[in-house]
Amino acid sequence: MSEARPIRVLVAKPGLDGHDRGAKIIARALRDAGMEVIYTGLRQTPEMIAEAALQEDVNVVGLSILSGAHMALVPKIMELLRANGLDDVRVFVGGIVPDEDVAALKAQGVAGVFGPGASTEVIVSAVRGAVERRA
Amino acid sequence: MFDTSPILNGNRRALARVLTQIENGMPEAEAALGALFPHTGRAHLIGVTGPPGSGKSSLVNELAKAMRSAGSTVAIVAVDPSSPFTGGAILGDRIRMRDLAGDPGVFIRSMANRGSLGGLARSTADVVIALDAAGFDKILIETVGAGQAEVDIARMAHTVLVVEAPGLGDDVQAIKAGLLEVADVLVVNKSDQPGAEAAVRVLRASLDLAHPVARQWAAGALRPPPLTPPPSKAGEGSGVWIPPLLQTVAVQGRGVTELMDSIEKHHAYLHTSGELDNRERERLEHELEQHLREFLLASLLTRLGSGSYNAALEQIFARQLDPARAARQLVEQMQHPAHA
Repeated sequence: MSEARPIRVLVAKPGLDGHDRGAKIIARALRDAGMEVIYTGLRQTPEMIAEAALQEDVNVVGLSILSGAHMALVPKIMELLRANGLDDVRVFVGGIVPDEDVAALKAQGVAGVFGPGASTEVIVSAVRGAVERRA
Repeated sequence: MFDTSPILNGNRRALARVLTQIENGMPEAEAALGALFPHTGRAHLIGVTGPPGSGKSSLVNELAKAMRSAGSTVAIVAVDPSSPFTGGAILGDRIRMRDLAGDPGVFIRSMANRGSLGGLARSTADVVIALDAAGFDKILIETVGAGQAEVDIARMAHTVLVVEAPGLGDDVQAIKAGLLEVADVLVVNKSDQPGAEAAVRVLRASLDLAHPVARQWAAGALRPPPLTPPPSKAGEGSGVWIPPLLQTVAVQGRGVTELMDSIEKHHAYLHTSGELDNRERERLEHELEQHLREFLLASLLTRLGSGSYNAALEQIFARQLDPARAARQLVEQMQHPAHA
């Protein structure tokens, strides 16, 4: 009878690169941490991601971008999430992101950016921490 | 008092929020469901079930596209399993539904089954209530990959599609009780693959065995069953619905129009035969029972406190008391606390 409120996470791959190995590893790690992960697959547009986040009412959106197009894609996604009234959704970015871009993304409201060396434990606890701070 | 107007007026954010409250069993959900329920009863509830990998999600994607072209709005509830160890889940049905993105006439919600057996989640019925109230014409309910016993969908949906694929089992699998029996429409998907004809043959033979005699008896027909099968095709004419068997190749969209026609025919049959009322009554009664069971258990635990419950559990564990008698004693204690 307990009220179960698992953290819901949308894991999405915006843009055109076709490498989803990392996204799948993260999805699996979040699952193993007890979260419900909605995995949307490759080549999602910012509109698709914002709409899926709305329908699924997720706490977190995780974006995997390996194409280098993060400065084009992420601000657009943040803008659409806000337009959908999803200001309380925390956004994380994984991929190869130069330091100066990390600062710029965080200034846009991104909760965290993870590079290739980040361990799944660090990512899981960052996601959980971000949701618990909001709750 | 819960304000239903955003949901009735198609606010997707409000709908998504209420679905979360329902799923999480939050106190707000009860008021929301109470207010939304009078607005339900309009949608056609279509269950889609079948073994893992038979192509349910792809078929749901194609069906939803076809239904949109025919002018209906569509909601999709896609259920995937939770891990029994961590409670986590990967909900991957949206991967096959990307064609539907950006269409305001479609709403997709993924659900983890959160430990429920039977192919659905405990709160799926209540999620369907909210989607029905929100005005979607068609609600497609996709179960977890189901084998033989995950037949809860038969109680929840008006029309049940059972999706099979070539190479998944022999003819003994097909005559076992369970999934095939609940089919209103049977589909062999991936029909471009080797073994499709054999799968169709086996399923056709098992359908011929199961119908129409069994269904006529079940329907309470007084006259003895006819020696020759009725000449009707797929439920037309006679009072008994004979599940049609269709072939599709979902990823190419082949056979989908025919499948949608069969679903519509079944819907029309439910209306003209009066069977819709029977199914609705059965469905709602089942939901009442489910909720009663939960409320009674919860109120028993509150009334008795955890002490009696744990004491009973210890006695069972020590093999001093069997579980059935322990349950009876707990209920008696609740009814007559003086004797406790």
